[in-house]
Amino acid sequence: MEKMKLVVIGNGMAGMRTVEELLKIAPDLYDITVFGDEPHPNYNRILLSPVLAGEQTVDDIVLNSRDWYAENNITLHAGKRVNKIDRVKRIVYAEDGATFAEYDRLLLATGSKPFILPVPGKELEGVIGFRDISDVDAMIEASNTHKHAVVIGGGLLGLEAANGLAIRGMDVTVVHLHDWLLERQLDSVAGKMLQKSLEDKGLKFLLGKQTEQLIGDNGRVKAVRFKDGQEVPADLVVMAVGIRPNFALAESAGIHCNRGIVVNDTMQTFDPRIYSVGECVSHRGTSYGLVAPLFEMAKVCATHLANFGIGRYTGSVTSTKLKVTGIDLFSAGDFMGNDKTDEIVLHDAVGGVYKKLVLEGDRLVGACLYGDTADGSWYFQMLKDSKEVHEIRDHLMFGQNHLGDAGHKGQTQAAAMPDNAEVCGCNGVCKGTIVKAIKEKGLFSLDDVRKHTKASASCGSCTGLVEQILASCIGGAYQPADTKNKPMCGCTDLNHGEVRAAIRERKFLDIPTVQRELKWRTPNGCASCRPALNYYLISTWPHEAQDDPQSRFINERAHANIQKDGTYSVVPRMLGGITTPDELRAIADAADKYKVPTVKVTGGQRIDLLGVKKDDLPKIWNDLSQAGMVSGHAYGKSIRTVKTCVGAEHCRFGTQLSMAMGVKLEKMLFGMWAPHKVKLAVSGCPRNCAEAGIKDVGVIGLESGYELYVAGNGGIKTDVAQFFCKVQTDEEVMEYSAAFLQLYREEGYYLERTVHYVERVGLDYVKSKVVEDAANRKALYERLQYALQGYQDPWADRVAETPKRRQFELISI
Amino acid sequence: MSEWKQVAALEEIPRLGSRVVKTTTQDIAVFRTAEDKVFALHDHCPHKGGPLSQGIVHGDKVTCPLHGWNIGLCDGQAMAPDVGNTACIEVKLENGLVFLKV
Ligand code: SRM
Ligand SMILES: Cc1cc2nc3c(=O)[nH]c(=O)nc-3n(C[C@H](O)[C@H](O)[C@H](O)COP(=O)(O)OP(=O)(O)OC[C@H]3O[C@@H](n4cnc5c(N)ncnc54)[C@H](O)[C@@H]3O)c2cc1C
Ligand code: SF4
Ligand code: FES
Repeated sequence: MEKMKLVVIGNGMAGMRTVEELLKIAPDLYDITVFGDEPHPNYNRILLSPVLAGEQTVDDIVLNSRDWYAENNITLHAGKRVNKIDRVKRIVYAEDGATFAEYDRLLLATGSKPFILPVPGKELEGVIGFRDISDVDAMIEASNTHKHAVVIGGGLLGLEAANGLAIRGMDVTVVHLHDWLLERQLDSVAGKMLQKSLEDKGLKFLLGKQTEQLIGDNGRVKAVRFKDGQEVPADLVVMAVGIRPNFALAESAGIHCNRGIVVNDTMQTFDPRIYSVGECVSHRGTSYGLVAPLFEMAKVCATHLANFGIGRYTGSVTSTKLKVTGIDLFSAGDFMGNDKTDEIVLHDAVGGVYKKLVLEGDRLVGACLYGDTADGSWYFQMLKDSKEVHEIRDHLMFGQNHLGDAGHKGQTQAAAMPDNAEVCGCNGVCKGTIVKAIKEKGLFSLDDVRKHTKASASCGSCTGLVEQILASCIGGAYQPADTKNKPMCGCTDLNHGEVRAAIRERKFLDIPTVQRELKWRTPNGCASCRPALNYYLISTWPHEAQDDPQSRFINERAHANIQKDGTYSVVPRMLGGITTPDELRAIADAADKYKVPTVKVTGGQRIDLLGVKKDDLPKIWNDLSQAGMVSGHAYGKSIRTVKTCVGAEHCRFGTQLSMAMGVKLEKMLFGMWAPHKVKLAVSGCPRNCAEAGIKDVGVIGLESGYELYVAGNGGIKTDVAQFFCKVQTDEEVMEYSAAFLQLYREEGYYLERTVHYVERVGLDYVKSKVVEDAANRKALYERLQYALQGYQDPWADRVAETPKRRQFELISI
Repeated sequence: MSEWKQVAALEEIPRLGSRVVKTTTQDIAVFRTAEDKVFALHDHCPHKGGPLSQGIVHGDKVTCPLHGWNIGLCDGQAMAPDVGNTACIEVKLENGLVFLKV
């Protein structure tokens, strides 16, 4: 069958990103032809500023080389401007009169054009915008042969141009209509601080000036004259007063435009065969001038071009950074504020630091940072998530670092780190490697950096640092991951919440049905969505949905923990950390019999037999079962341990029987699968020897009963558990703990520990469901008991000669 | 000289799963996909030697259990951006029986 034809007009960042996204999901659907006005392959326009400043070369910033087009069978017409679209015959024609292409689908990605002030003299030689490689070439050329440059416009582009020209030795004056620089990004205080730092770098400023005329000499510009009569010499004038969406071509073809090509949420224009993305569009009345929103558009557009028909673009919140080396500024949202907002301001004029946070009610709505932007992405994330901040309001200003003793989350100033400093401890990745990958491979997102460098791809504790490095390399193009709407994985555009809801509402009972009904892109998912789906199914429909072992990570399939050399570890359960001489003898015998190389006491109060061969597992389990031992689930997203202290039975301070309480809890929860692992502890008094303060559920005995704590975490980042409620009896401890865990089981996202779940939904919400609503608490408790009913020890279950045992048997030939 | 050897019946390998065949020289992972195609690879991940037989199988790929590299079942190649490859072993399915060329 003949393929459909896709023609793309505009070989720039948004157009090519759409093509890349399309090739990822539907590589064979179209024959693709691309027209580009510029004679180059697609390059990273953002990095024109560093090229001008001499920090990078044009070759460094190419995103898709000519080879890439060839490898993907894309016909590239570089240097050919399209000047006619025939929508009836579905053909586009290039200006050269000879080149044309037919289309079934057309993508308009014509970007925008610099706005040139309509003043006399604007046609003179030496008067340019700052948009493409030819502009940069013209600036470099002028800096070699001329002295005086005037940049009209004190916005981001203007300042980056002025900085580059000054570095290249020109005498630069920036002319700005407004009273302070970057008035769209900064308030007046920060704007003035910025001006001072730039003046220290040698730039001159003329503020509040309106340009009247450009004066020429032999056809080349010589000076700029203002309304007030003042004149300044200028051999080069760069106009950076704004951009205008480039929609003339679309308009001439009769496509509906309104200060941009009008598109709907699927990026479709009024002609259903024609789509548009990038700076040329007008979406819900807005045009964007930064790449992050354009990339979101590209993703949505690609799914529609691929006929998946999913995903909508609903607009973006943007943030900005100025890419002038040595100057840190960041702003996002509504940083000017209004009569409904409050401000928190920190201003250290001598230290050169200014921070303003704008709050509306309990939410952060804007931020403007100058001099210290380390927390920019953190604020931006809260702003996008419209997260309630009242609980941290009093230390919000001091940044993320200041929140508790932040474990080792590593929120240091990324920009100040040397290149050889290690960022990711798990994979041994240094800052220099990350910066290099971002620059050379043109990476824009945290996911890209993870894929290409492995930094932040394991335990994730360095994520904040990697985000900062990204932000400092690519400026406003960096869009922190949208934690709320992030798709589960590359197989779908739906997020965890949407998938959970669909499983519940439409009563899906197996993975193939979920994937079919929710239009998964891959035949059977991947290693990240399958385990999540399996968990959602069995936790939502216990005893009805079938557990699928092939969708579980190996540890849960083998009921043992895989080691680096492919052997396994065996951890029998020791309820509450209590054992007997008989159990210890059985463990010792098993260790001898199966030549276990290491026997270790774990951090979870039990014993680990490490280095067991897979085909020995059923045998060693059989021996341990004879002595009455069962699986400790040390390998699962499941109940792990309930740690206890000795408590009132022996301890002179003990107020409650903590060992017995712990054993009861651990028995009750036996076989409980959860979004992530779950750990409990019971201490007999507030001295808290069982470390109940960093557990998912912590129980502390008092004379008058028990205090319950929830959502603690002792791992990657230490989070102290939060006080939940006080109860009197053992039965209440069981009921409240079980109800809390059941709520987490029903609502948590896969791989979200209780601390992250509670952070997402709020402790007040959890209390309202468990502590304040007795009927709901009982119902949750009953649902957990129902789910755990009849659970068999998975080890005993695999000792007998059944198909379940097969996976442990080697076939020898 | 290598020859075809029968190693298992298809139903003894779980769908979207694998079995390990031990030879005198190496471990071979024999995979079965959702469509009942079979593939065989040296059970040794090109990254740090993880046992691929223990990974999650999806489409015509397997995800290594140790650090999550994705390896193509047809050609043993690691998926981008990772680079590396694992030897493929010839395998065939006849009348519900799986044979390896070893
Ligand atoms: C065996 C043990 C270490 C020991 O020798 O003491 C252990 C071993 C592993 N831990 Fe742990 N953890 C062990 C107690 C802990 C503790 C302490 C505790 O439970 O009191 C913690 C901190 C408490 C907590 O979880 O909040 C702990 C926090 C982690 C984390 C970080 C979890 C987090 O949410 O921050 C991981 C990584 C993960 O789960 O993603 C992890 C992951 C692992 C894994 C499973 C890594 C893996 O996926 O292969 C390790 C397996 C090693 C192996 O080769 O078998 N281990 N791990 C401990 C087993 C306890 C048990 O009896 O079940
Ligand atoms: C110097 C500079 C610095 C920047 N810094 C940042 C930054 O730090 N952060 C950030 O987020 N954004 C930044 N931007 C903005 C960012 O580069 C743009 O948002 C982005 O490039 C727009 O992508 P686009 O595909 O819509 O347009 P473009 O990348 O401009 O692509 C449009 C392409 O279409 C071609 N074209 C137009 N009409 C036709 C036609 N009729 N026929 C054929 N081809 C045609 C044009 O020649 C052009 O190559 C910067 C821009 C510049 C110029
Ligand atoms: S046992 Fe835990 S802390 Fe130790 S190396 Fe493994 S994951 Fe890291
Ligand atoms: S050994 Fe396979 S991914 Fe590391």
